[in-house]
Amino acid sequence: MTPVNHAVEIRDLHKHFGKLEVLKGIDFAVDPGQVVCVIGPSGSGKSTLLRCVNLLEQPTSGRVVLEGVELTDRDVDIDAARRRVGMVFQQFNLFPHMTALQNVMVAQRRVLKRGRAEAEKIARENLEKVGIADKCDAYPLQLSGGQQQRVAIARALAMNPALMLFDEPTSALDPELVGDVLTVMRKLAEEGMTMLVVTHEMAFARDVADRVVFMDGGVIVEDGPAAQVIGEPQHERTKSFLRRVLDPTHTDV
Amino acid sequence: MTDQSTKTEPGPDGGVPVRTGLSPRKKQQISRAVQYVVLVAAVVFLLMRIEWGKLAENFAKPEVAAETLPDLFTVALKNTIIYSVGGFFFAFLLGLLFALMRMSSVRPYRWIAIAYIEIFRGLPALLIFLLILFLPLALPGFEVPGGTYGQGILGLTIVGSAYMAETLRAGLQAVPKGQMEAARSLGMSHARAMTTIVIPQAVRIVIPPTTNQFVSLLKDSSLVLFLGVSGEYVELTKFGNDMASTFANATPILVVGVTYLLVTIPLGYLASRLEKRQARGR
Ligand SMILES: Nc1ncnc2c1ncn2[C@@H]1O[C@H](COP(=O)(O)OP(=O)(O)OP(=O)(O)O)[C@@H](O)[C@H]1O
Ligand SMILES: [Mg+2]
Repeated sequence: MTPVNHAVEIRDLHKHFGKLEVLKGIDFAVDPGQVVCVIGPSGSGKSTLLRCVNLLEQPTSGRVVLEGVELTDRDVDIDAARRRVGMVFQQFNLFPHMTALQNVMVAQRRVLKRGRAEAEKIARENLEKVGIADKCDAYPLQLSGGQQQRVAIARALAMNPALMLFDEPTSALDPELVGDVLTVMRKLAEEGMTMLVVTHEMAFARDVADRVVFMDGGVIVEDGPAAQVIGEPQHERTKSFLRRVLDPTHTDV
Repeated sequence: MTDQSTKTEPGPDGGVPVRTGLSPRKKQQISRAVQYVVLVAAVVFLLMRIEWGKLAENFAKPEVAAETLPDLFTVALKNTIIYSVGGFFFAFLLGLLFALMRMSSVRPYRWIAIAYIEIFRGLPALLIFLLILFLPLALPGFEVPGGTYGQGILGLTIVGSAYMAETLRAGLQAVPKGQMEAARSLGMSHARAMTTIVIPQAVRIVIPPTTNQFVSLLKDSSLVLFLGVSGEYVELTKFGNDMASTFANATPILVVGVTYLLVTIPLGYLASRLEKRQARGR
């Protein structure tokens, strides 16, 4: 039995898509209250790793243990386990046939079986927290990308997750809207939410993350405090990646 | 009508070509004039050939038209609507079931759905009605629940369900995968995510094509005629046919035709409106 001291623990995780091996043995853990940012080049398996954590992808082998419950156990109640993990997607994935308020209420009602009044109260609190209390009755298509993403965050928070997963939450946003979403995420981090964030926003990673994990080619190349991994990277691959990200106009092709 | 014969030659210095013969505009004018002449000639010919008195006597006799009332609406149209709405309702449910089976991860379910869809999409509607008519011979003691209405509705259900299954499958597949993932990540089961997130969106997507399918079922409800219905169960076509025989006059057929159009044209218009609205996004 694993002691319950990590929020999530990943051991020797492998994932194949057919012949393609996307994750080649990932080991790491996130402790309660920690914010861990995952960085790395496109195609390195960051999304796949995140999706394995809440089993949107079935790992080929290895273990994912969430609050002491092994999700990779074939007989686990996966729906119950997923309730403890919130996920925020690059493309928001709000439910377009529901208002912002309904988006935040639906899973509370259907999954947690909360009453209408309670669900609505919690939904309004969370929408207020992400700064869009005045857009409760708007449909997703009437909202800007930044507003949609904040509704999506509120939707996940309303389920009282123990862990929040973010997969490039600002990559689909117009540059001037990125800040609104990052501010919300920073606030969440300060409140002590456990977060695993895939991002290309190096400033966010440096300022907010307790740890930064650099992935390349399906393995973790470097894992350490933000200041170290971003400030003084040890590995050549990390250095060249950071050079390309931080100074994109001076890339040697 | 095209300007294939317009001869053009490169101009001096290979610049703008110099035209020889008629200009494209002139040619178009001539072509249009010819079309008008043909139309007028055809109309004049028909006006002279048709015996208008006899035609009106046979197809638009007011006394006969008056005889169709009020049963035209209170019985015939009402039954047409009962058959087609009932058929549509069950075709929708059955279609949804087969669409979900078609997409199931259980292989035999997919096979059954494919077989059903291929068979009943490929058969003429009339054959299906005849099949229902002869069903009691094949299955002694079997009776379609709901009597005559049940038989008519069953026929239309089978006719509509195979198409409905394909339409709904297209609709279900048009819902982005991220919707199911977002729902699952919130802890919803697959079935719960289907019913509260995916199916409602799919239904919205397929409203325009299913409106057209309803129009098509409404027309197919005329096949109830072949079930040998009578009395209070007749629908529009059977009603028109009976009245026409009784009066030895075609007016009821015309009246019934207009009644169909009263329903089908607005529905067709509605479907294209919905389609345009959807094309504009939501
Ligand atoms: N469902 C899938 N089927 C097949 N291959 C997949 C699937 N999902 C991802 N892959 C492949 O796995 C590899 C890693 O993908 P992943 O999305 O995890 O990368 P990423 O690090 O998130 O990249 P990006 O920064 O572009 O989002 C890619 O080569 C991708 O093509
Ligand atoms: Mg990705």
